[in-house]
Amino acid sequence: MHLILFLAFGAVCVAGAVNLLVQKHPINSALSLVVVMGSLAAEYLLLGAEFVAAVQVIVYAGAVMVLFVFVIMLLNAGEEEETKGSRVAMIFGIPGMLVGSLLIAWVLIEHSGNKSLAAGALPGPPKTIGWLLFHDYLLPFEVTSVLVLIAIMGAVVLAAAPASAGGRKD
Amino acid sequence: MLPQTADYMRLLPEIVLTVFGMIVMVMDAAAEGRGEGRSRGRSIGRIKDRRIEKILGAVALVGSLAAITATFVQAQYPGFAFWNMVQVDSFSVFFHFLVAAVTAVVILTSFEYMEVQQIRAGEYYALILFGAAGMSLMSSAVELVLVFIALEISSISTYVLAGFRRRAAISSESSVKYFLLGSFATAFFLYGVALMFGATGSTNIATIGDVLRSGQIPLLAYAGVALMFVGLGFKVAAAPFHIWTPDVYEGAPSPVVGFMSTAPKAAVFAVLLRIMFEAHAPGRIGLIWVVAALSMTIGNLGALVQDNIKRLLAYSSIAHAGYLLVAYAALPDNGIPAAMFYTASYAAMNVGAFAVVSHFGSAGERYVTLGDYSGLGRRSPLLAATLTIFLLSLIGIPITGGFFAKFYVFSAALQANLVGLVIVGVLNSAVGAYYYLRIIVVMYMREPQQEVPVARIPVGLGFALAISLVTTIYLGVLPGRVLEYASRTATAWMR
Repeated sequence: MHLILFLAFGAVCVAGAVNLLVQKHPINSALSLVVVMGSLAAEYLLLGAEFVAAVQVIVYAGAVMVLFVFVIMLLNAGEEEETKGSRVAMIFGIPGMLVGSLLIAWVLIEHSGNKSLAAGALPGPPKTIGWLLFHDYLLPFEVTSVLVLIAIMGAVVLAAAPASAGGRKD
Repeated sequence: MLPQTADYMRLLPEIVLTVFGMIVMVMDAAAEGRGEGRSRGRSIGRIKDRRIEKILGAVALVGSLAAITATFVQAQYPGFAFWNMVQVDSFSVFFHFLVAAVTAVVILTSFEYMEVQQIRAGEYYALILFGAAGMSLMSSAVELVLVFIALEISSISTYVLAGFRRRAAISSESSVKYFLLGSFATAFFLYGVALMFGATGSTNIATIGDVLRSGQIPLLAYAGVALMFVGLGFKVAAAPFHIWTPDVYEGAPSPVVGFMSTAPKAAVFAVLLRIMFEAHAPGRIGLIWVVAALSMTIGNLGALVQDNIKRLLAYSSIAHAGYLLVAYAALPDNGIPAAMFYTASYAAMNVGAFAVVSHFGSAGERYVTLGDYSGLGRRSPLLAATLTIFLLSLIGIPITGGFFAKFYVFSAALQANLVGLVIVGVLNSAVGAYYYLRIIVVMYMREPQQEVPVARIPVGLGFALAISLVTTIYLGVLPGRVLEYASRTATAWMR
């Protein structure tokens, strides 16, 4: 039962991702992304990571997606314009991607016999995650704040109106 | 169990850089609020703005110098910090020093550049300092999760810095291109980390090494290494992940190019050294062989036909990534020191070369083609002589750092019996000599077609050039001490 559900949600997830790329209108793409995020949450749940699943729904499927949709509406983004696309990408990209993903899939299947973890073997409950996050992984957690800070600064720098001839904007 | 004082001491350079980054950021915002009130008279406001920016730059410079000092403090506390996230050893101290020094030199170069190009400089200095913090962290991180976050800090700051010439469309193009391809590459790295975790059950580099050494190496680990290498190979501009390099380098501000072709690369090379040698990455030699040979060949052949000096140096940096990677295929006990030495001397000569390019470019980076350099030897003998030395070092002529760098790398490869790769490398050096010499010939032997103004060298830039020049020659005349320091690291690792 577990396996069937897992595969089903996996299929939904991949289908959503493909649809995201194929859709021409940004709103449709954003909504397909919700499908991807939601089915990923289900996958996490099936793997026994209930806390991560909940966070996935709240943060990604909820907050982040709302932001996406807001931005699309504010920018009033219309339908994508068709471009021819590069020929190199057509000739090498698609076969390359197929070969690459098949190769990785093959490696994963080959490996799965070795020592697969049972569902729920990795830390799932909030308590363990809290301990990991604020103890073992305290430094990466704190350093992430610098990452967010420079991302905000970058957005400010690149989005601000170009400086006038005087250097600073008056 | 709270972090101890020693934990913070082991992280001191990063803390110093981040704090100074914040100071610059806040000072910039505060100054801007006041500047608006004052700038009723435009020209007075403008002069004041310039002064504020000079002060911000000076604070940033103090920050980078403080970080250099902090590395000496950090060196007194070898060991692990923050529950095995960070390891301070002579290896990480070496790269901390290198990154902080490059940062200082780049800030010195930027003073003049910012003024000539009329770029708002506040966030610029802050981003450089934050980026340097990320790069330093990368070189001491022994946990792949932390490596990833530090890599993102350094990458995002360079993406933004690349787009700082707001009035040039080519700069925005470079920023966007770098950002899109770079995020794609980071995703590869992250996937590789995930697969590595699947193969070994850990993201700690030392533990991964133990697991991979102890038993049969699972196929998954090969896939993990390959994917991580794709991500890191992109960041160091190794072929076949190099396509972005010429466009990004051409569009980005020249001091930034000097920065991002040295400091982040040095940090990524440090991470690669840890992954390849300490984590005992399987399939190392074959992978490196192909990528190194490709990078050297593509870089050098590409540079032959370039007319824009920034593009030319971009291809040259691809080629140099290739030479450096040769050391990764060698045995650890002479491959590691060779790679460290190469990183240091490449940083010195490349930062110097880009400092000259950014001074000579003048407003809007107008003079960047090879033709503009004709007759430079007569109009500004000092500038031309400096650039000549950096170029000779890039070729690998004796008494410059570039010579010993190449020498150690190739001899390390020979000791590992990689004769084929060394032949490819030496042939490539010969090809490379052609286009570097072409610049020198143009500078000294060709009459200028048009009058290109050469500004006086300001104090900051003078210092920057002097530091890079002295380092380049020091490494070329007395390489012993640096090499010995690097070898001690290698023996400490391999014991």
